[in-house]
Amino acid sequence: MENKESHYINKDNAVIRVRDVYKSFGDLHVLKGVDLDLYQGENLVVLGRSGTGKSVLIKIISRLLEVDKGDVQVLQNDISQLTAKQMQELRLRIGFSFQNSALYDSMTIRENLEFPLVRNKRHLTRKEINYEVESVLDAVGLLHTIEQMPSELSGGQRKRVGIARTLILKPEIMLYDEPTAGLDPITCLDINTLINQVQELYKTSSIIITHDLACAKMVGDRIVMLLDGKFEREGSFQEIFDTNDARVKPFYDYNFID
Amino acid sequence: MVKKFKALLLELANLHRFLMRFFRELVSPPYEFKEIMRQCYEIGWKSFPLISLTGFIVGFVFTKQSRPSLEEFGATSWLPALISIAIVRALAPLVTALIASGKVGSQIGAELSSMNVTEQIDAMEVSGTNPFKFLIVSRVIATTIMIPILCFYVSGIGLMGGYLSIISNDDLSLLSFFTQVFNAIEYIDLAAMVIRAIVFGFTIGFASCYIGYNSSKGTEGVGRAANSAVVASMFLVFIEEILIVQLLSFFG
Repeated sequence: MENKESHYINKDNAVIRVRDVYKSFGDLHVLKGVDLDLYQGENLVVLGRSGTGKSVLIKIISRLLEVDKGDVQVLQNDISQLTAKQMQELRLRIGFSFQNSALYDSMTIRENLEFPLVRNKRHLTRKEINYEVESVLDAVGLLHTIEQMPSELSGGQRKRVGIARTLILKPEIMLYDEPTAGLDPITCLDINTLINQVQELYKTSSIIITHDLACAKMVGDRIVMLLDGKFEREGSFQEIFDTNDARVKPFYDYNFID
Repeated sequence: MVKKFKALLLELANLHRFLMRFFRELVSPPYEFKEIMRQCYEIGWKSFPLISLTGFIVGFVFTKQSRPSLEEFGATSWLPALISIAIVRALAPLVTALIASGKVGSQIGAELSSMNVTEQIDAMEVSGTNPFKFLIVSRVIATTIMIPILCFYVSGIGLMGGYLSIISNDDLSLLSFFTQVFNAIEYIDLAAMVIRAIVFGFTIGFASCYIGYNSSKGTEGVGRAANSAVVASMFLVFIEEILIVQLLSFFG
């Protein structure tokens, strides 16, 4: 699989800035002083073993979870200082693609996509809403499923619809939680291509949480590795795995075993 | 022991926070009228067949069982008055609440818990929608509106069950049956029935939403939430029934 082609990233503008973040669940210390910058236009891949707090990190960024200690700035806003209403407004600028798609299973695909739109852009007419829904669904190649229920779709289709639902509000930042988990290699390839298309077309900056190295290699402009509650390795795909670190090497060996 | 006491205090604090948040979200715009209407339909219309059958059977059986006692005193002509008082004052609100606890409570508990497990509630939150207002406030309002309406319906269908039971033994026109029914009940009885039904409706909605919304993650949590929602709703309905009866008898 080829490395990703480079494209314009504005390193002077960090759209997400995480500083010295700690998070524990009871006696389990998950994040132990995490620092992270996401630059404008960049796809940043966060790698790490299961249970190391990768998903916790993006839930902290969207304030679904509160930090125990540390600062998180999103689009120049210190999220701990925002009121619920201000946070709700900021969230419209952040798209969150969930691991299991999190489609509303009592609604059709059309209603799923309309849901954030009708609640947050109340000035739109019915015709404009239909246009937005159809064009974003067309962009992920699933316009034909518009009247279907989520239970009628395959895992890959659900992932694509989940991404479409986040794109409908035209976010500046995308957070992908395990976008290729549980999918076959060909569907993974489709999803990875879609992530790159989203970056190009919607000019988004993204954090992609994964432990799929093929995904990391294909979509990541930069990769960071979460080890023991901290980011200890950072760089391109080659730089990350050019090591004899016993915590990192098995990761590569397992994924690319000859 | 100390750990359990601490957990109980923590649960009470969470419950208090949930209740306060409910009232805060209830009065602050935007209002989810469409979702409230949808929930009213889900709760009211879909409970209709079960409520109808149960209400009818309760009226019919209660009348059948009361008949021998009144017959001993030659007072079977008092049956319409007896069943009207029994149904309106006690049976209709209680039967409606218990059926709704089972049907609606389990549905709300399981639905919210499953949304919690599959991160649908988080998805709502990150897409700029207040899930508490959309999911909780709308459901609690819907149960608070629909249980009193269903309660009136159960009263009517229960009285019809009673009437059919009476005419299987005696000749009695529908008009004279209902004349005796309305002579026996007073406005205060109807008011008490409505107040009871509102309290029960709120309790069922609130308890089920609290349990479903705060359920533990995992598929096991869904089943447990559905079960706990029914048990908690029924338990609270019985406690409230005792308190309301005491209160009403205190005020005469």
